[in-house]
Amino acid sequence: MNERTMDNKSPEESSFYHEKGKYSGVLAWLMSTDHKRIGLMYLGALLSFFSVGVTLGVLIRLSLIAPGAILNAQQYNEVFTVHGIIQIFLFIIPGIPVAFGNFFLPIMIGARDVAFPRLNRLTLWLYLAGAAIVMLSLFIKGAPPDTGWTFYAPYSIQTKANVSLAVLGVFVLGFSSIFTGLNFVTTIHRMRAPGMEWFRLPLFVWTLYATGWVQILATPVLAITLVFIVLGRVFGVGFFDPSKGGDPILYEHLFWVYSHPAVYIMVLPAMGIISEIMPTFSRRNIFGYKAIVFSALAIASVGYFVWGHHMFTSGMSDTARIVFSFITFLVAVPSGVKVFNWVATLYKGSIEVDSPLLFALSFIFLFSIGGLTGLIVGSLAPNLHVHGTYFIVAHFHYVMFGGVGFSFLAGLHYWFPKMFGRMFSEKVAKIGWFFFFIGFNVLYFSMFILGYQGMPRRYFEPPPQYHGWSVVSTVGSWLLALGLIIIFSNLISALFKGPKASSNPWGGGTLEWSIPSPPPAENFIEIPVVDSGPYGHGKRE
Amino acid sequence: MAMEKESNAGTAVTAEAQSGVDYTGKKIGMWLFLFTELLFFGGMFLLYSVFRSQYPAEFHSAAQEENLLLGSVNTTILLTSSFTIAVAIAAIRKGNKIFSLYMQTATIMFGICFLIIKYFEWSAKISKGIYPDSPALLSREKGEILFFSLYYVMTGIHGIHVLIGVIAIAIMFVYTRRGVIGRDNFAKLENTGLYWHFVDIVWIYLFPLFYLIT
Repeated sequence: MNERTMDNKSPEESSFYHEKGKYSGVLAWLMSTDHKRIGLMYLGALLSFFSVGVTLGVLIRLSLIAPGAILNAQQYNEVFTVHGIIQIFLFIIPGIPVAFGNFFLPIMIGARDVAFPRLNRLTLWLYLAGAAIVMLSLFIKGAPPDTGWTFYAPYSIQTKANVSLAVLGVFVLGFSSIFTGLNFVTTIHRMRAPGMEWFRLPLFVWTLYATGWVQILATPVLAITLVFIVLGRVFGVGFFDPSKGGDPILYEHLFWVYSHPAVYIMVLPAMGIISEIMPTFSRRNIFGYKAIVFSALAIASVGYFVWGHHMFTSGMSDTARIVFSFITFLVAVPSGVKVFNWVATLYKGSIEVDSPLLFALSFIFLFSIGGLTGLIVGSLAPNLHVHGTYFIVAHFHYVMFGGVGFSFLAGLHYWFPKMFGRMFSEKVAKIGWFFFFIGFNVLYFSMFILGYQGMPRRYFEPPPQYHGWSVVSTVGSWLLALGLIIIFSNLISALFKGPKASSNPWGGGTLEWSIPSPPPAENFIEIPVVDSGPYGHGKRE
Repeated sequence: MAMEKESNAGTAVTAEAQSGVDYTGKKIGMWLFLFTELLFFGGMFLLYSVFRSQYPAEFHSAAQEENLLLGSVNTTILLTSSFTIAVAIAAIRKGNKIFSLYMQTATIMFGICFLIIKYFEWSAKISKGIYPDSPALLSREKGEILFFSLYYVMTGIHGIHVLIGVIAIAIMFVYTRRGVIGRDNFAKLENTGLYWHFVDIVWIYLFPLFYLIT
């Protein structure tokens, strides 16, 4: 089995792109159980949905400075709902694990594939099916969902929009997420190469491990909650309907029991990518490896018990609010530990400011702002002031887009040469990063100011006194979009015209840099034997 | 087998995994899946406990309308079916294919019996006009509306799981006949058995919550 790959072939020909399977054409991809192909298909799908989501976001910003000119009020509700559903459920939750996790997890632990390759392919099909169902809910008879991405009862049960279909789509996506988590956890337990001890695992693998557990233990709670919505709409089961004895607050509890840990499904792997990039580009071993590992596990476990902070104004006992607020402060500690470790890794390093590092440093900056404003939101008294305002919108986008989004792009630039065997233009990548970074801050920092002044979120027509900063924010959205266009045209043109990448262009020390770019069909000619920790061994080629 | 021996020079744990017949890995995967099932049902048990603590008296009176005899018979059936599937696995491990096939058939039959009895229970209730959103149910006390809604949702979703289990065992039956499952390769059957036991355990909690605590 081992000899098949490399004998008598140039590295180019033995790459997994040239692997001949049972099928040809599109089916060669869709029917493939190769984790690398599955990862790339996920990546393509994710980025397509991401571009739709960004377009809708720009549309929302446009409508806010000229209400009624582009969208009417009902369409506005639909657009921000669909923006949320796409960005959350189709892009950022599956996000890093399904794209980069699939491609690199087996390589990083020295395996040929994940533990259950066919289950892995099933998750891709489920993802595509779920996405298709969600898309269907936008275009078939009736209106697109207009509930906001949270599907809050009782409105989600009463509205005439196609909520049942959208919810079914998210339910199917949930299965995809659960199976991915299950597969990764089993893979990390069972498929490590000889000598790859737990504390020799690259940190990206550790964060995927923690994420996998959150996917396994949190997602089913969302699934049953969505089932309740459908049962309410189709059979009139009234668990959230006070006239039938139910309680709408219970919906919020069940929803956030999943959806807060879901934040960690998104952000933990993002932190993993940053932990890979920092040591590579500062030419130092990572500072505090074990602290980063344990803080990831701490985030994953404590993150289950903070969901109540989404509901401080919904009606809860004071005891519950104080406890939830306190645990919210606790969960911020491990994130702080990580930030210190990343910065300490830079200290006395020999720093190469390449594009992946720029995105990673932006992550630290933006995520710190997002995290610190999270503490403002998480304390009881300020929460009353900023709840339901643009402050929340700004905080959320700083953590999710500024955090996970930047990390996604950092990972994309970092691993691009490995995945596609081509190099992109560093210069253009940096120009794109500049507009993206500036645009991002103009767009979302204005929202902090607006929110602090009291501008309510989700309003179609904001009161006139907020117009000034609103315009600033919208201009920011144009800069951000420009930045993204530059970034992606650079990468797309590199796909076709970029110079060939060496096997280790950045000097990374983890196993994926020890094999050719792009990797051969079964990753390794011989399964490597690992005798040391993950960082500080690579040389630039 | 030869390959396994060869790669044993490395780490014993992962050698098995790399060769593609990873028994332990398959078991880990199944247990993780059962954890998700547990939390899926957990959402329903959470609602039950919240509503029960809100309306204890009405839950008490509504539970007296359940058919204790049919509930008990179904409990017996499901417990026996857990026994038969366990015997089926023990038989295949000893290489006794025919006996294992008999025991798998028995399990399937018990599962179908359970669903048939459930069908009669539901139809008896529906003929009395008790089903979610029915005028007869909505005219009752709020706690009773919730009790019967929970009854339909929880036993309904449990019933779907029984049905999936029956189908899964039927597939295992075919695998066993074809020899895909055998003395040396019984992980599939064992995992199906684990799933079946899980479905059984859920019922063991549903039975007292709806029938016994009156």
